[in-house]
Amino acid sequence: MSEIFGIPIQAFMGQLMLGLVNGSFYATLSLGLAVIFGMLNIINFAHGALYMAGAMLAWMGLNYFGIGYWWSLLLAPLGVGLIGIVIERSMLQWLYKLDHLYGLLLTFGLALILEGLFRDLYGVSGLPYSIPEEFAGAYNLGFMFLPKYRAWVILASLLVCFATWFVIEKTPLGAYLRAATENPKLTQAFGINVPLMVMLTYGFGVALAGFAGVLAAPAMQVSPLMGSNLIIVVFAVVVIGGMGSILGSIVTGLGLGMIEGLTKVFYPEASSTVVFIIMAIVLLVRPAGLFGREK
Amino acid sequence: MATAEEYLRVTGLHAFYGESHILHGMDFSVNRGECVTLLGRNGAGRTTTLKAILGLTGKRTGSIMLNGREVIGWPAHKIAHLGVGYCPEERGIYASLSAEENLMLPPQIASGGVSVDEIYAMFPNLQERRKSQGSRLSGGEQQMLAMARILRTGARLLLLDEISEGLAPVIVQKLGEVIRTLKESGFTIILVEQNFHFAAPLADRMYIVEHGRIVAEIGRDELEQKQALLHEYLGV
Repeated sequence: MSEIFGIPIQAFMGQLMLGLVNGSFYATLSLGLAVIFGMLNIINFAHGALYMAGAMLAWMGLNYFGIGYWWSLLLAPLGVGLIGIVIERSMLQWLYKLDHLYGLLLTFGLALILEGLFRDLYGVSGLPYSIPEEFAGAYNLGFMFLPKYRAWVILASLLVCFATWFVIEKTPLGAYLRAATENPKLTQAFGINVPLMVMLTYGFGVALAGFAGVLAAPAMQVSPLMGSNLIIVVFAVVVIGGMGSILGSIVTGLGLGMIEGLTKVFYPEASSTVVFIIMAIVLLVRPAGLFGREK
Repeated sequence: MATAEEYLRVTGLHAFYGESHILHGMDFSVNRGECVTLLGRNGAGRTTTLKAILGLTGKRTGSIMLNGREVIGWPAHKIAHLGVGYCPEERGIYASLSAEENLMLPPQIASGGVSVDEIYAMFPNLQERRKSQGSRLSGGEQQMLAMARILRTGARLLLLDEISEGLAPVIVQKLGEVIRTLKESGFTIILVEQNFHFAAPLADRMYIVEHGRIVAEIGRDELEQKQALLHEYLGV
């Protein structure tokens, strides 16, 4: 048993694991997008840039203030969430009643500005961020080596995604959120401060992106362009999973990451397009996405 | 009537949806413990009156004194906390929430609300269906749920919009009994109704709304003598 379908098992499992790591980022990012879209009706194109900002904040924290990985994992998402709250209060809140297009254009503009800012400051060549000591090395699973940090990325993303799903679907706070998503006016008439919830939801959604950014920092190069490289795939994930579906974005994110990884094994030429091929097929067969509800 | 007894006084209320001017100077009041009906044709502005009180319309001018406070400029989520419960015409049951989550959703705004046990005693169906998704309830169950969830919160002024609409007679009768019970326990109620025969036995006073203003007020004991008026405006 050293081969699967004629592929060495180590290569197979290695790519599957890498796919799962990528899938973890897809899941965390598309979850944030789904939460934001559900509540604010905004297609947040700034998501990739805010993911990048999370990684950059972690890098800046380490190099300017000596803030280590673990504190960054807490502080950088908070910082990104705060940036999000400022964006929501100062700009987004005026767009909710307009067509999706306006929110998309505004957040796209913001993404370009944020990226431009960091490009100007740090160039595009990428900055190193070393793996925290606790996660140096790898586990020997017998059939493959699993780098400890990759295992941590998968575990941490799954935990955060599951916690988010649990809060939204199973708690009274989540019931407020679902209610405000479905019928904001009535929910407000019951005495719930919906504008505040909208603001915090956007802050939380982009904080998820910031969290993914910090997770990514040691795994990939920290670069001002890291967000725009990823965000297009993440949007495809959101479309495939169904706009606004919480569980859909998590499952689809992980699944597509793995499919992408396996494509690298079996037909590497298609590995960067396979997600979009799936998106096209899903749009033809189920326009609302795999987990979305038709309106 | 002494002003101390007034729970709600609406004076010269104008309300807009975007460019359209819906209310043209509504004037009326509701006393504590009273059940008042707003009657009128579709599009007369009755639903808009309730929404304007709650802060759910566009621009509003005039005055809304609620529990002794001027609330015309208040945001919707603060108005509820003065003790107002709202049951919208479309019932507003959240499809993405279970029946129980719908029931528990509106936050407690004052003490003295009806307990969940009492609510389930009042509406046994809701207890049976509490795990069902809101979208799976029947029309009657949705209406009962929409009523029940505002009783839990401690609200003392209930704004009920067309609660008898489209329901089987036996359920309408049940709702009538519920409203009578609520009156006895001191709730103040504004009923927006199309169904005169449902509203007439429940209401202490009736206002007739036409073109966004009050055109007539009829006391409970004036029903006989103002028959002509009712006929003219409502065709009953």
